[in-house]
Amino acid sequence: MAVAVLPDTVKPAPAVIRSPRRTSPTATVLLLLGAAYCLLPVLWVVIASTKSASELFNTFTFLPSTHLFDNIAYLTEYRGGLYWRWMVNSALFAGGGAAASTLVSAMAGFALAKYDFRGKSVVFNMVLGGVLMPAVILAVPQYLLLAKVGMTNTYWAVLLPSFISPYGIYLCRIFAAATVPDEVLEAARMDGATDWRAFARVALPMMRSGLVTVFLFQFVAIWNNYMLPFIMLGDDKLFPVTVGLSGLLNQGATQPAMYTSVVTGAFLSIIPLVVLFLTLQRYWRVDLGAGAVKA
Amino acid sequence: MRTGRAPYAFLAPALVLFAAFLAAPIVYAGYLSLRRVKVSGLGLGAGARTEVWAGLGNYARSLTDPEFVPSVVRVGAYGLIVVPVMLGLALVMALLLDAGRTRVGTFARTSIFLPYAVPAVIASLLWGFLYLPRVSPIVDVLGAVGITAPDALSSSWVLYAVANIAIWGGTGFNMIVLYTALRAIPTDLFEAARIDGASDIQIALRIKVPIIGPSLVMTFLFSLVATLQVFAEPMTLRPLSNTISTTWTPLMKVYRDAFVRNDIYSAAATSVVIAAATFLISYGFLKLVGSRAFSQER
Repeated sequence: MAVAVLPDTVKPAPAVIRSPRRTSPTATVLLLLGAAYCLLPVLWVVIASTKSASELFNTFTFLPSTHLFDNIAYLTEYRGGLYWRWMVNSALFAGGGAAASTLVSAMAGFALAKYDFRGKSVVFNMVLGGVLMPAVILAVPQYLLLAKVGMTNTYWAVLLPSFISPYGIYLCRIFAAATVPDEVLEAARMDGATDWRAFARVALPMMRSGLVTVFLFQFVAIWNNYMLPFIMLGDDKLFPVTVGLSGLLNQGATQPAMYTSVVTGAFLSIIPLVVLFLTLQRYWRVDLGAGAVKA
Repeated sequence: MRTGRAPYAFLAPALVLFAAFLAAPIVYAGYLSLRRVKVSGLGLGAGARTEVWAGLGNYARSLTDPEFVPSVVRVGAYGLIVVPVMLGLALVMALLLDAGRTRVGTFARTSIFLPYAVPAVIASLLWGFLYLPRVSPIVDVLGAVGITAPDALSSSWVLYAVANIAIWGGTGFNMIVLYTALRAIPTDLFEAARIDGASDIQIALRIKVPIIGPSLVMTFLFSLVATLQVFAEPMTLRPLSNTISTTWTPLMKVYRDAFVRNDIYSAAATSVVIAAATFLISYGFLKLVGSRAFSQER
């Protein structure tokens, strides 16, 4: 297997050229049904966040109301703006974790793709084992080990484990092999560049498009992660928004008024990721199978 | 290919982090799974509780726990629903988009991919509310025609309710992966078949699907691994439903044993069992399909 992100210069042929044929109503209907299924809960949360607590369970599901700004104000007041702290924490965990793990992965992937060295196949097999090892199963032993060094219930407890991503290393190895020609590195060496300069100044820019994909993958994985911060953190000021909101939902069981805040919080929390997706959509061109055909 | 000491320097951060956050926890879990606390005397005072070797006792207890087997069966059934439905939908949508016979392609692709941007916890929360009879539009619609809709969070439906959340969240990502693979197929491979009069469906089934086989294998594998570790969805739905127990999935049992019962030894043994099973299933699956995925090509 390999993962190939199409270089920016190789744009897929426009659909009109590829299929200059009439449209199919069946295809259109099926795709619209799929789109409706996927948009329904999102549409609901947008509408529900405009309802007051009494309207939430008593008016028609998809009938909007006018209380969005009241709800946001109420949510903001909750324990001195705790919700917005959760959002900042999520951004910090996902942004910091993804940036660090992309750099670590790029260096390791570059070494695996462009060098021959003793132990290379051992390292590569370790990476593959790591890809198949589900990270959440490690969460409990990671907690116990970090507890021994007194690092649980700190930002580092969530950040450090997210710095290593075997899948990111695997992807970077493929990007480096596919986009950085040996001749270019050789030329850099002839010009007297050190290995580090050849990597940082020559290879990294060439791998840029692939690195954005790795960054996005890791950003979404950390932003969406629940079990690791749930286990590591006890202080709710350190929570990411996923753990915070699920805690609020728990409170809703005894204080139904909290449900409005949960719904409004859920709505606000998906806006940053949706914006990120729509603006960076062209980087989501991950072909998980390309290399296996070529191999 | 170059040699020298540089590759070790490039690999150093990854290797240190790998050792600290992947290798060490696995080894430590393995160690803990073979230990237990021995209480001497009345168990009072310092030194009354000591850690000793337990042999395979924790494994025996973990595997014969009356709550472990049902949770494994439950996740097995959950996987049998989620993986085929999710990948089936993803493949159909990707093929429809690739056939290019519609004007709503961009809109549909973006909409179906959108749930990938919604964390599992938030997705469970949204669906959880939509499952409540007082909110659910489905209950309203069915009620209008005189049918009493079943409670999605009742014991006979909750498995499907959780499966639906996973399918909703995962279809779009898999669709994009398969769609990217389809776009990479050279057009001339099926133009000839088209000139010979093959229909879109024939071209899809006989030419396109076999070519993207490796992508299907990888999406299947990743979906399978993700399914075995289901945790966030049922944990989030719990406050809305009393049908989800604290040991509903194996990973929830690990959490309960470690943090509610403070029995880290038993939790470690169960973790090791889940990790080994995940590894064996994925490895066995790759052997079964004879895939050269993960080969060190190039």
